[in-house]
Amino acid sequence: MAIEVRLTANLQRLAGGRRSVQVEGATIGEVLDRLDEMFPGIKASVLDNGRLHRFVNIYLNDEDVRFLQQLDTPVQDGDVVSILPALAGGDVGG
Amino acid sequence: MGVTVYIPTPFRRLTGNQVYVQAQGGTVREILEDLARHFPALANMIFDQQRHIPAHINVYLNNQEIHTLQGPETPVRDGDEVAIIPAIAGGQVLTPEQVLRYSRHIIMPQVGPVGQRKLLAAKVLVVGAGGLGSPAALYLALAGVGTIGIVDFDVVDLSNLQRQILHQNDDVGRPKTESARETILSYNPDVNVVIHDGPLTSDNAMEIIPQYDVVVNGADNFTTRYLVNDACYFAGKPLVDASILMFDAQMTVFMPGRGCYRCLFPSPPPPGAVPSCAEAGVLGALTGVIGSLQAVETIKLILGIGEPMVGRLLLYDALAGEFRMVKLRRDPACPLCGDEPSITQLIDYEGFCGAPFPGRHE
Repeated sequence: MAIEVRLTANLQRLAGGRRSVQVEGATIGEVLDRLDEMFPGIKASVLDNGRLHRFVNIYLNDEDVRFLQQLDTPVQDGDVVSILPALAGGDVGG
Repeated sequence: MGVTVYIPTPFRRLTGNQVYVQAQGGTVREILEDLARHFPALANMIFDQQRHIPAHINVYLNNQEIHTLQGPETPVRDGDEVAIIPAIAGGQVLTPEQVLRYSRHIIMPQVGPVGQRKLLAAKVLVVGAGGLGSPAALYLALAGVGTIGIVDFDVVDLSNLQRQILHQNDDVGRPKTESARETILSYNPDVNVVIHDGPLTSDNAMEIIPQYDVVVNGADNFTTRYLVNDACYFAGKPLVDASILMFDAQMTVFMPGRGCYRCLFPSPPPPGAVPSCAEAGVLGALTGVIGSLQAVETIKLILGIGEPMVGRLLLYDALAGEFRMVKLRRDPACPLCGDEPSITQLIDYEGFCGAPFPGRHE
């Protein structure tokens, strides 16, 4: 068992096109560390000086980790972590 | 709890432009009395001098006219809906053609003739006649939403036709608002299409948005997205919000005071950090799924039925074939709708987002 991390749209590019990755870790922060070892650069697009970018949300199952313990939020086997950047598109333009 | 009362368009100026208000009481009469206490100007409309309900006002309890029940003494329960419908109020009576056209809606008790009249009396603003705005505006038009406003500054480009179903081959080069109006009217001539040809900006947002009951967001850039969020909050209008990229979509409904886009994403990414649909692409049919869902949520809000998608963010991953819901909370520290707001009027969105309003400097 492990943690399943789901990546949205543009973050998938940094993970070689993968939408879902299994990693080990005890907290959200550790999950991001493992992820960055596998796909260098992911952490930089999610964190800013060790804190979550304000245009990126991380959900532990269905809860925003900003309302839990941020990067210190503990995770367990079987949890689903979703990384969700703000999307602009309503697709008006060309 | 209490009873929800639907206020018809001509009376809304007496209720601070609220479409639905809450009232307390055990019978329909007590509900109307409570309403009259809170909105004294409304009292003259719903009661005559003998304190009777005038003959030209029909009152419905859960879509049933109260004279088919126990009249004003009909008991009400928490969660019931009372609708006040003036018999003659500018085209609010359904014509035989309308009864036929909307028969598949009217036959459902959740809509009924009262609901259909609410739709015909409703005013919805669609921001952007693009990927999301196209299906949203079209389904709202088919449903008989009486007034649909369309804001767009752009002209139709050939590359739009992979998904923007308001526009067709012969429309390339025409203003999108013009093409949108023509398409909508060809589907349903009942609709009053109001076009706002030009970009939505801080200069016009508070003139345009307060004219509508619900706003559907199909903006394709963060500058407009934050502007629409803030303006809807200040105008007290529900915002049916969605955004898409590649094979992914996010969607929710923001009710003023119950969380906003700034609670979800406190600030925009630096320009270029998140690609646009033009840069990264978007699956055409995905815009149809999400724009149609925006129409569904808008219709629910107008009818006051079901559970609006408030406090929940829908994530659709088209490649995985998966819909998921995550929680969306009002952030007490939100600068707009939090406990100690620092944003009390529209701000400089171009500076905040580091990008101009598209179309403004063309």
